[in-house]
Amino acid sequence: MSAATTWTIAGVRAALAAKKISARELTAEFYSRIESRNAQLNAYLTLAPERAYAQADRVDGLIARGEALPPLAGVPIAIKDVISTRGVRTTCASKILETYVPPYDATAVERLEKAGAVFLGKTNCDEFAMGGSNENSAYGPVRNPVAPDRVPGGSSGGSAAAVAAGLAVAALGTDTGGSIRQPGSFCGVPGLMPTYGRVSRYGLVAFASSLDKIGPLAGNVADATAVLSVIAGHDENDSTSAPVPVPDYAADVEKPVSGLRIGVPEDYFGAGLDAEVREKVEAGIALLERLGCRRIPLRMPHTDYAIATYYILATAEASSNLARFDGVRYGLRVAGATLTEMYRQTRERGFGPEVKCRIMLGTYALSAGYYDAYYLRAQSVRTLIARDFADAFQKVDAIVTPTAPTPAFRLGEKTSDPLQMYLADIYTVTGSLAGVPGISVPCGRTKAGLPVGMQVFGPHFRESTVLQIAQAFERAGGSTI
Amino acid sequence: MKISREDVMRVAELAHLGLTPEEIETYRGQLDGILSYIDKLKELDITNVQPMAQVIYTPATPGAGGSHPELREDIVRPCDFGDAVLSEAPDAAKPFFRVPRVIER
Repeated sequence: MSAATTWTIAGVRAALAAKKISARELTAEFYSRIESRNAQLNAYLTLAPERAYAQADRVDGLIARGEALPPLAGVPIAIKDVISTRGVRTTCASKILETYVPPYDATAVERLEKAGAVFLGKTNCDEFAMGGSNENSAYGPVRNPVAPDRVPGGSSGGSAAAVAAGLAVAALGTDTGGSIRQPGSFCGVPGLMPTYGRVSRYGLVAFASSLDKIGPLAGNVADATAVLSVIAGHDENDSTSAPVPVPDYAADVEKPVSGLRIGVPEDYFGAGLDAEVREKVEAGIALLERLGCRRIPLRMPHTDYAIATYYILATAEASSNLARFDGVRYGLRVAGATLTEMYRQTRERGFGPEVKCRIMLGTYALSAGYYDAYYLRAQSVRTLIARDFADAFQKVDAIVTPTAPTPAFRLGEKTSDPLQMYLADIYTVTGSLAGVPGISVPCGRTKAGLPVGMQVFGPHFRESTVLQIAQAFERAGGSTI
Repeated sequence: MKISREDVMRVAELAHLGLTPEEIETYRGQLDGILSYIDKLKELDITNVQPMAQVIYTPATPGAGGSHPELREDIVRPCDFGDAVLSEAPDAAKPFFRVPRVIER
């Protein structure tokens, strides 16, 4: 197999079944790719070759014995480093967890391995998934494989870059305000945020519990669908995972999109949207119309309030969730004469600047005298934003928007001003707050060759609709529009 | 100005974050900018709007039906990973996590 081979899940399956390559050889090929590219890209933080080769050997054993292969047999995957992996360091890209080795696997990881996937290693991200450029990692930024002077997006930047550079066939990311979709858009790969509760978060290190989701990034929509099919479904270890039946996504995505009503909210096409991104997404919508979708103009009047709402709620929840990092049970401890002094020193040394900024913002919003003005008000506006979506889905089957207002920006371009960085999430946080599923699917490139992403939202638990539209769009040539 | 140096120090104390004088000034500026932006939420009339408590589990959710399916039976199960958990602690003396003096503050 040549180093230039673009592997897909179907391609891996066919090559293994035809004995053109063994799972062990395929794993070795991916590690050799990682060895040659990772020094530049910094997409992986930790590799897990022992575990990967043991799994590959299990798959090769199944093949040798002529047994049926599970759906992801031998498929090399990467896991974002905020997701727990037994025996494999899980840092959350933070100094405070630099040496932390979880004693258990996240449910999503367990399900992937049970389905035969080969877990190669842990991918870089913004510290505790807080950021939109991957520049908040304590272990250095990730570079965008398409344009190495630019960011890969964030926070799942390592997962997106690994897939885009062919260093994994698929990857798990997490999305709280856009952290799967925006890096997918910047790196030119599909990235799916499932419905809130669709995928178990057991073993995910919590950032903002009312918003966090685990989802796939992959080289194409079919592969994202295959990964979702494996990780979706109720888990008794996560009381927020939904007891809602999982449909046959692989069958659903093949359904024709003709006749589907596509809502296009003008609120997502206003000031701040890059002209080239607008042009590409408009061309993308025109392509969907040629495929038989009906374009319905929409208003979603609370869109403009989503960033303010999100940065109150997400930071409030983060300030509470990150209280557990105190030098007592795991990770870094910096000595102090008293318990309080130890907490303070540990957190001062262990957390990076953006994490501290968010902890303080969240603590402020929850503190006595400010709770009603900030937190409670934001929860009310969240209701209004969710209502915008519920109203829209009375009239349309899906909503189509740009994923991000710009293509990938340059490293260092936005690091001095957190608010400017937050505004990069302006089109993704809305769906996060409403709990609906959304995908970013590649939608052409700018004149400079930078990928553009088109976002498709669907109603709660209708990942099928979102994937179906993305699949039809991809097949019709959307990525080179 | 929405937030003073004293506010930043008070919040840092609540959050158990030690900050250098330079950091206090940096965060004061950043938080001030963000909170000024967040003020736009005051433009909205929320008089008759319920604050959201749960994004998915409304009675209309298929499968939810208001019967709390998210709750499982409270059954005692073996949970024998004390050693694995304690082995990750910076300072443990089985079965305890050891910490510096608590009383003086």
